[in-house]
Amino acid sequence: MNRPTIALVAALVTALPVAAQESPPPSVSHYTLDNGLELVVIPDRRAPVVTHMVWYRTGGADDRVGQSGVAHFLEHLMFKGTAKYPAGTLESTVNELGGQLNAFTTADVTVYFETVPPDALGQMMDIEADRMRNLVLPKEVIDAERSVVLDERRQRVESQPGSILAEQVSATLFQNHPYRIPVIGWAHEIETLSREGALSFYDQHYAPNNALVVVAGDVDAEAVRQMAEETYGNVERGPELPPRARPKEPPAQASRTVTLRDARVSLPSFTRNWVVPSYRQAEPGEAEALDVLSAILSDGPQSRLYQALVVEAGIAAQARTSYDGGAFDYGRFVLYGAARPGTTLDALEAAIDAEVDDIIANGISETELNRVKTRFIRSTIFAQDDQVSMAQTYGLWLTTDRSIADVAEWPDRIRAVTADDVKAVAAKYLRPATAVTGYLLPLAEEKNQ
Amino acid sequence: MITTIRRVLPALLAPLMLLGFALPSQADVAFKSITSPGGITAGMVEDYMVPIVTIAFAFQGGAAQDPDDKVGLAALMSSLLDEGAGDLASNAFQTRLDDVGLEMGFSANFDSFTGFARMLADQREDATELLALAVNEPRFDQPAIDRMRAQVLAGLASRSQDPGYAAGRMWNEALFGNHPYARPQEGTATSLPGITADDLRQFHKALFARGNLKIGIVGALDEEAAGKMIDAIFGALPAEPQLSEIPPAKLSFGQNVAVDYPLPQTSINLAYPGIRESDPDFFAAYVMSEMLAGDSLLSELNREVREKRGLSYGVSGGLVNLDQADALTIGTSTRPDQSVEAIEVIKATIAKMTEDGPDPAALERTKRYLVGAYPINQLRSSVAIATTMVVQQLLGLPIDYVEERQKQIEAVTGEDIKRVAQRIFSTEPSLLQVGPGAEQAEATTP
Repeated sequence: MNRPTIALVAALVTALPVAAQESPPPSVSHYTLDNGLELVVIPDRRAPVVTHMVWYRTGGADDRVGQSGVAHFLEHLMFKGTAKYPAGTLESTVNELGGQLNAFTTADVTVYFETVPPDALGQMMDIEADRMRNLVLPKEVIDAERSVVLDERRQRVESQPGSILAEQVSATLFQNHPYRIPVIGWAHEIETLSREGALSFYDQHYAPNNALVVVAGDVDAEAVRQMAEETYGNVERGPELPPRARPKEPPAQASRTVTLRDARVSLPSFTRNWVVPSYRQAEPGEAEALDVLSAILSDGPQSRLYQALVVEAGIAAQARTSYDGGAFDYGRFVLYGAARPGTTLDALEAAIDAEVDDIIANGISETELNRVKTRFIRSTIFAQDDQVSMAQTYGLWLTTDRSIADVAEWPDRIRAVTADDVKAVAAKYLRPATAVTGYLLPLAEEKNQ
Repeated sequence: MITTIRRVLPALLAPLMLLGFALPSQADVAFKSITSPGGITAGMVEDYMVPIVTIAFAFQGGAAQDPDDKVGLAALMSSLLDEGAGDLASNAFQTRLDDVGLEMGFSANFDSFTGFARMLADQREDATELLALAVNEPRFDQPAIDRMRAQVLAGLASRSQDPGYAAGRMWNEALFGNHPYARPQEGTATSLPGITADDLRQFHKALFARGNLKIGIVGALDEEAAGKMIDAIFGALPAEPQLSEIPPAKLSFGQNVAVDYPLPQTSINLAYPGIRESDPDFFAAYVMSEMLAGDSLLSELNREVREKRGLSYGVSGGLVNLDQADALTIGTSTRPDQSVEAIEVIKATIAKMTEDGPDPAALERTKRYLVGAYPINQLRSSVAIATTMVVQQLLGLPIDYVEERQKQIEAVTGEDIKRVAQRIFSTEPSLLQVGPGAEQAEATTP
């Protein structure tokens, strides 16, 4: 074991300059250990609590072909213990402290986190550092955990018509990129997941040079750095990882429709989906413009969709949009509408499309642009109230090739978005000719009835 | 898409937050009780780390106060307080909200009507003025009422074929009979159309008073500013509310409710008698239910049902304490062909707790968890702190009661656990199953 020193001490950066007008913002520290592990510390001294998150730069989209769900299966198996900390040790340690722990897997990252009193941080780091390389998987835990995951899939997906449709829409929207495959895995492949497959994934992806540790809370950055050195610092650097080059999407050349009918559905609804750039991929300013576009369409009671479809026409039970720009590869833009009783889905679709078309043709007003910008910037101040959400923001941004400076500069980049930028991204990306539309319909009812 | 190793069950009777437990290290979060110049008391924490002010408040008296033919009244009112007030109609009010940087929201539960607002510290005075307008002079304009009602009715229509929703209604009616707690808080397709602007105005007038008001305020302001802010928002309200008396609910146990529906999983809910917060056995019951059915994978039920047998993604439950009803609920879901086994394992695990009492190490760990969890869950953000102070006041606990609570938890013994388990689990539970082939063992469902 080498005894690493800090190779690089990045500058202390102010996180959110907006707040600087009112009070000193948190000073965020960023270090990289000799073994390649990145560490971010976000001091928040208000309560005796600290959140510790370990982000591995691997997720469901890195599953081997034919082993969908293996990244998530491994996430479950990571709680089965090591020689030093047998199964249940982490749970009972955190439990006795009154803390919380959990983990999640997305297409791009696998994250383990604990919220504990500050004096337990060193112990959490030691346990996480240990299970980064020393997981022990007895054969007998595999079958029961696979059953648990299959039950999780039944609960999250198969019990809910909307979730089944969402899975089918993703499988249609992405023609070649693994974002087409559900993170939890297809049921028939979960059934075949093995101990060996999970350990192979572990050996390939779990190493300090593929990990980011984010600590937010009642701590001193220098003390955290020392603790990290004494724990994570002792883990040997893994082999150099190849670049994360997942298969790319071909251009979308056709609109596609996916329909699910279910007896439990009584009001028809639809989603219209496009592959758009994520923040990581986008040309400068485009991702910010997509965020502004989505907010103008559906954030709050003064948004375009709410005013047109709920207040004026009164035809929507729900109408909203989302832009997910936080993915490592492609982003996604979605329109969603659910019809009020007595309204046809055709009328609702046409009305929502008309709002998008209006922005493409006529742009947006300065008033609505400024309203949305002010909200976004205010939200960055309110976000400082919650250390878990702060840790999540930094974790997400740093695992998508963005920097701490980017977090700091985001409000300024939002301020720089112009009405023309918003019109331009709407015209460029929200083209009917390439949309994938998902319909969730009552049983045996035509969508235009 | 995100998946996690554990999840919170969508329990039909969601366990209420149980607050007020021990606070070993409160050095950084100083709870104060303040009284405004106008005589209104509030819990307060001064905190200048982030330039915001957060206020949470509750009026005792919620959806249980809805008249029988106007079920959904409290919930509908909660959606209308940001739909225009004073001289500002809906759109003008929404514009003003953005201009003054105010975020606010209201909701009704069975026993109280709650509000929450946060604002930027440098816009506090303008934001306070607007919040005061919403609290004192909501307009209840007819177009806004019609729109919000249509949204609720659309939501009900969208769930009309959902077996889970139907089962929830049946379950609440089976447990609570004709008590107000049996009624759906959001209203029904028959009750909502009858609600008028006058109903809303009368309800607002009857409910919003200083005498049933609890407040928690956190953020970048001193006591004097907080006192002025509280008076500006609430000072003009009537002294006392006009509330109907809600009788204690008599829960019905030993019932068997089943909804046979082709689903990939069968969901299972069990309801046993609960223990009131004022009962000498409350803390024993609280510790016992956490040991047995808490969210941790170390809970007895998660160990037996999930970890050892892989029967379910998880089991969870706990005490439910309403003002007029108490229960202990346990819920899970499993592959339909395993539902009988899952229920057997749950009952055998309960029987073991009742007959043998707790494992001493697990008991100590659980007590430490409940003591330590308080600062972690309740002090993590301004929102959590403000809400905690409100809930403590709703339960009638003094601002410094946390230390007493810690003592009470630490005093619970294995014998206490065994005794309270026997007391609770000697009653045959009510059982709800939703899934393919779910059957009623006996025709006891009303």
